[in-house]
Amino acid sequence: MATESTNSSNTTKSGNGRMIAFGLIALAVVLYILGLTDSYESGLSIKPMDQFAVYPLFGDGPVRWYTPTNATLWMGLAVLSIAVLMVMGTGGRAVIPSRSQSMAELAYGFIRKMVEDVAGKDALPYFPYIFTAFLFILFANFLALIPTSFSPTSHIAVTVILALTVFISVTVIGFVKNGATFLSLFWVTSAPLVLRPILAVIELISYFVRPVSHSVRLAGAVMAGHAVLKVFAGFAGVMGAASVAPIIGVIAIYGLEVLVAAIQAYVFTILTCVYLKDALHPHH
Amino acid sequence: MEGDIAQMGQFIGAGIAGLGAGLAALGVGNVAGNFLAGALRNPSAAASQTATLFIGIAFAEALGIFAFLTALLLMFAV
Repeated sequence: MATESTNSSNTTKSGNGRMIAFGLIALAVVLYILGLTDSYESGLSIKPMDQFAVYPLFGDGPVRWYTPTNATLWMGLAVLSIAVLMVMGTGGRAVIPSRSQSMAELAYGFIRKMVEDVAGKDALPYFPYIFTAFLFILFANFLALIPTSFSPTSHIAVTVILALTVFISVTVIGFVKNGATFLSLFWVTSAPLVLRPILAVIELISYFVRPVSHSVRLAGAVMAGHAVLKVFAGFAGVMGAASVAPIIGVIAIYGLEVLVAAIQAYVFTILTCVYLKDALHPHH
Repeated sequence: MEGDIAQMGQFIGAGIAGLGAGLAALGVGNVAGNFLAGALRNPSAAASQTATLFIGIAFAEALGIFAFLTALLLMFAV
């Protein structure tokens, strides 16, 4: 037992040493490349918004709705990787799941439980769409974290379509399921009678502002995070040997961005569930 | 110095609107801090309330997003 434990601790120690050595070599390579590029890119030239430019994949023509652009490419990659994960995950159907199967089951169970807890059991027919939207946002956010890639969810055009789909379908579902009683969502019966018309106006405004905040939250968080990464990277390009500090800053912010990517997908999904709950049970 | 006084006003207005994002941070911090205070008093009930935490954070954040949107509109759309 004793020898085994020392052996394992030794291996972890050497593993740590190897990791640190690898990190130092990577840092040295980055600094060397920075030193090379420093010569022709003198002066502080930070263009943090250039990474969000949409351009055609082939040629230099104008961008029309059918033009394959870099946005199309990365959204397609997100869809492709979701399909690969789900096909691989459901292919085996083993009792002891493989890694891909347990990832697929984890995601499915997580979102299914969220829909059931937040929106209620009668929201489960809408679960497939919510799950699809969650996976799309999650994978688009994570793929956008690959350096030099493109983040589709940083564009308000993309997130507005996602949010408007939810908004319109939730409104339609509310009227179809409840008829005119859906309007009792705006008539707060728990408030005093004098206040109810004022509250109705406020509730109406907050209802129609939902798709705005729903979409701009996702786009704003992703865009701001990527712009901050680029600003720090711009500092690293001009500071010479002192650029170790901004590089460490970039690594730290990158870790934060991984967290933000997952949390924003989660928040978008849970707000969809909340709106769906309002449509199915409009009574306060 | 280039540009006219209207453009200067746009930039100043966008900067002031950016303050709103920081004020929303106060609200988000308030929600998360109160959640933590409650969770430390009754840790067994904390796990069931994380969804409520995120909904509260999202609603507090929404008004900060409007400030950000105002800044964006002033910079690019006006």
